[in-house]
Amino acid sequence: MKKRGPLLALFFGLTMLLSGCSSLTVLDPKGPAARTLSDTIIFSILMMVGVLAVVYILYVYMLVKYRAKKSNEGYVPPHEEGSTKLEITWTVIPIIIVLILSVVTVRTTMAVENVPEGYENQEPLVIYASSSNWKWHFSYPEQGIETVNYVNLPTHRPVEFRMYSFGPITSLWIPQLAGQKYAMSDMVTKINLVADVPGSYMGKNANFNGEGFAHMNFEALAMSQAEFDEWVQDVKNNEGELTEAEFDKLLETPHVGRMSFASTHLSFSPPPEEGHHHSGSTEKENGNQEHQDNKEKFPEPSSTDEDEAEFDFDPNVHPDDPTPVDPGDESTHHEGH
Amino acid sequence: MKIDATQPLEYGTEENRNKIFGFWLFMGAEIALFATLFTVYFVLVDRFASGPSGADLFVIGPVLAETFILLTSSFTIGLAVHSMRLGLKKQMMIFMVITLVLGAAFLGIEIYEFFHYVHEGAAITTSAFTSSLLTLLGTHGAHVTFGLLWGTAILLQVRKYGLDHKTANKSFIFSLYWHFLDVVWIFIFSFVYLKGLM
Amino acid sequence: MKWDEFFVTGDPLIYGAMVSIVLVSLAILVGLTYFKKWGYLWREWLTTVDHKKIGVMYILAALIMLFRGGVDAVMMRAQTSMPDMKFLDGQHYNEIFTTHGVIMILFMAMPFIFGLMNVIIPLQIGARDVAFPRLNAISFWLFFAGAMLFNISFVIGGSPDAGWSAYFPLAGIEFSPHVGNNYYSLALQISGIGTLMTGLNFIVTIMKMRAPGMTLMKMPMFTWSVLITSVIIIFAFPVLTVALLLMMFDRQFGTQFFTMQNGGMDMLWANLFWVWGHPEVYIVVLPAFGIFSEIISTFAKKNLYGYKSMVISMLVISGLSFLVWAHHFYTMGQGAMVNGFFSITTMAIAVPTGVKIFNWLFTLHKGRIEFTTPMLYSLAFIPIFTIGGVTGVMLAMASADYQYHNTMFLVAHFHYVLIPGTVFAVIAGFHYWFPKVFGFRLNERRGKTAFWFIIISFNVTFFPLFFLGLQGMTRRMYTYSEETGFGPLNMLSMVGAIGLTIGFILLVYNIYWSTRYEPRDTTGDPWDGRSLEWSMPSPVPVYNFAVVPEITKRDEFWFAKQEGKSLSDKKIEKIHMPSNSGKPFILGIAFFFLGFFVVFSWWTPAIVAGIAVLLTMAAMSFDRDDGYYIPVEEVVQSEKRLRGERV
Repeated sequence: MKKRGPLLALFFGLTMLLSGCSSLTVLDPKGPAARTLSDTIIFSILMMVGVLAVVYILYVYMLVKYRAKKSNEGYVPPHEEGSTKLEITWTVIPIIIVLILSVVTVRTTMAVENVPEGYENQEPLVIYASSSNWKWHFSYPEQGIETVNYVNLPTHRPVEFRMYSFGPITSLWIPQLAGQKYAMSDMVTKINLVADVPGSYMGKNANFNGEGFAHMNFEALAMSQAEFDEWVQDVKNNEGELTEAEFDKLLETPHVGRMSFASTHLSFSPPPEEGHHHSGSTEKENGNQEHQDNKEKFPEPSSTDEDEAEFDFDPNVHPDDPTPVDPGDESTHHEGH
Repeated sequence: MKIDATQPLEYGTEENRNKIFGFWLFMGAEIALFATLFTVYFVLVDRFASGPSGADLFVIGPVLAETFILLTSSFTIGLAVHSMRLGLKKQMMIFMVITLVLGAAFLGIEIYEFFHYVHEGAAITTSAFTSSLLTLLGTHGAHVTFGLLWGTAILLQVRKYGLDHKTANKSFIFSLYWHFLDVVWIFIFSFVYLKGLM
Repeated sequence: MKWDEFFVTGDPLIYGAMVSIVLVSLAILVGLTYFKKWGYLWREWLTTVDHKKIGVMYILAALIMLFRGGVDAVMMRAQTSMPDMKFLDGQHYNEIFTTHGVIMILFMAMPFIFGLMNVIIPLQIGARDVAFPRLNAISFWLFFAGAMLFNISFVIGGSPDAGWSAYFPLAGIEFSPHVGNNYYSLALQISGIGTLMTGLNFIVTIMKMRAPGMTLMKMPMFTWSVLITSVIIIFAFPVLTVALLLMMFDRQFGTQFFTMQNGGMDMLWANLFWVWGHPEVYIVVLPAFGIFSEIISTFAKKNLYGYKSMVISMLVISGLSFLVWAHHFYTMGQGAMVNGFFSITTMAIAVPTGVKIFNWLFTLHKGRIEFTTPMLYSLAFIPIFTIGGVTGVMLAMASADYQYHNTMFLVAHFHYVLIPGTVFAVIAGFHYWFPKVFGFRLNERRGKTAFWFIIISFNVTFFPLFFLGLQGMTRRMYTYSEETGFGPLNMLSMVGAIGLTIGFILLVYNIYWSTRYEPRDTTGDPWDGRSLEWSMPSPVPVYNFAVVPEITKRDEFWFAKQEGKSLSDKKIEKIHMPSNSGKPFILGIAFFFLGFFVVFSWWTPAIVAGIAVLLTMAAMSFDRDDGYYIPVEEVVQSEKRLRGERV
């Protein structure tokens, strides 16, 4: 009788979810990483609806059957200490549920931390995504170009975002392509994703970083490799180079629109030491696609901004093999359906 | 108020027993506090940036002196409690005074040390390492300072009221506190100084 | 600092608040003078060391804070109710969501629970007072000083604006140069010391002052929950103390703990904060579990099902609460193995929590359930909290959390945990124990109207947020554009927020109405209760128990009633009582000024205030007041007067 409200709302919600209502961005994935997450979420919702159902059925049963009414006046409820058998039951079953979910969690976490399945042999496109109040800078070291507040990606090619921040902690999130991850000032974090459907996707900073936070959005535009190459060429031909003075000025400006440059800031304002941080091992998780170049260039001791001079970043930015194995060939075949 | 004559004076009343139990709990919280400070120190110990590291900074001489002084004061506060249990007010006060003087000496060396660090270019603002080092040492030092004030207050009360179940209880609790500070110092000595010098 | 920076200027809402603060303060001063109540206020309240009165003051403060935090919440919902709303600017919005979080957790939920603890625990275990009554008063005044310091920030100097978790480097001096976050570090520090002392006081009280025969496993469940909570406090709050100290040093003395240069590590703050912050959730939720256990068992007319497993599950939860903190930042990039570990520990908490849910359900089984107001809140708790719980398990899955983190889904989840888990509990406890303290019940009919308003509005407010989260709406956004499609659900949520406001106003109106018109309770046991507090007349006399009862089993009072046995027919002796003291109140004032001067880095006055703190403490140390005795005749007479009417 009471609390039917949330129950109904939940069923209503579920129908919405399972019918794939596309307004729920998170459950409308356009790439394998986001698809893994969406499947995980739907799986966990189903499990949890089962748990809720058991609780709600027992709850309604108890309330209806054992409520005080005229007919049971004078009824004295018995004294019950409990039942070991029952108590073991409702300890063991949840443990089993938790075990199942743990396995799913560990497997899917591994899956989304690494290059999506089926794309492991392709050279990933590296994009450095750095945040400053309240903008995103995307640097393409391979292509030697940089954008502000928009990012273009080729479809069917693994993309590796490497994030860091010029200020407060931010979080790079393109819900339809992959889950979010923090960008921080003293380490580089990574997101691996692939877009398999061309389109324009909402990208944003998900972590509160001050006054302009609400406006810190960007567009992630997934396009075919050919279109992507064309765009890169276009930027190279038509846009100016990003100078250090200009970049410093840009960092100071709170809000800007979209910008494109024919060079990156990585040479004069390199990212913090990569892969090093206090509690973990992104390096190990991503071992299979680690680039030979960033390991040896960044030695172990903790670096700070003051140590910049030690690191001549430039060689990294223009890798020794400037022409990547052309992944466009095979990926273009997948397009257009 | 019921006084239980079979117990030592400081445990004599229910209130006294509760206070001693409560103070043990408080020391549990203090352990959590120092454990957190140690954790912060260990996390930041290698982040000395352009400032000096522990190996550059630490000199064993004054630290050994501090350790020796504080250990001795732990012994003298033990003697004070022992005298108190024997009902020897005057001896108890003498040992208390010695303890406080040793505490003040410890504090003096520590302050000298801080000046030395700053002189070496290790101010609290220099690097994450110096911040965590000086905060850890400073928190211990602040505890010692508070102990000196507290101990003086108790000493005055013992002089004024003699050794009754109240003053005895306070003195005993103070001795627990003082031993605790000594234990914390042993940890600082081993894991900050000795490890840093290695 | 210039004077025009001292007061917050430029916002009509804040001018309005200033005017109303001045008017209300004046009204209070004039009223107290006119009715000649200064002496009464000083003697009966400001200097009291009576646990019942301290509890009442905690609850009163918590109710005021509930409205302060509630106004923040309604303003937030109003600002986001429509796309491109212009009600608040970004800065103001950032300040109110920060203060909403801090106030609701630290200055509303905790003091409300502490208030109920203070009133009830000594009564439940058959004690005359808490172990250290004067320390208890100090705890309260430190909490109150911290709360006031935090609250003046919005008119003097500006409120903190970096979120209740105050992540660095955002909360650092570089990105938050104004004094707002100084208020944060100092107000929380001062009230945190009070909280630590409360935890300590209650462990000693429960461990050492139980009635003869009451072994640990014969204690009422609320007492158990408070004992476990107090242990969590002892180990969790020192971590906050250190974190806030380092924050203050970073902001005011230029240290490099969480800075971006010279080796500072911003994520160290997040770790320290959540090592305290997650146990903090259980500090406010476990006592709530205790309250629900008492109420459900009372109104199902049955003893609590699975007592032993209830205790064990709370112990397990308290242990696990220290092992899950990293689930607040799975997205920090610590790798799949670390995240996997924290996912598993987090999900493991669902097991003991589930045990509790089933035990409550089976307490209802074969019972005879009476739907009183406190019972309604307790029953509403079960299904709503379960939604909070299962979404918690979903959030615990690290991979999926990459999509929920920082979104409205998370916001919906923790409101689904904390509102049924804590707010319903304190409201239920408030209705349940109100007659014990004041001698009359809150009106049932009006109470139930407020209940339905609150319960339905709660779901209307927060259920849409789950979907907003899945649509990609992040938390802490002060505005959004039309194209995002977030508008309709936010509007729905606003409607719910209005309903919640009405519900809480009805609840307070009921207090006023019942005070005037509700018949007085003469039995001392209006709910047909089970634990010792109901064996006493209401309101409880200052000395609590005329004779301390002997305990032989759980729910002793219930069985005594069944057997027609009296728990209080032993010989009455004179009763020792602690004397009132003004020093805790003065200490609170000294701490308030110390905090205020440090906020503005006014060092000379700060040192003076610091010396005042030390002198007050020294004065307490030298104080040799042994309390006083209530003579036998007086106890006999008062018992006759209070119990005479009952026969």
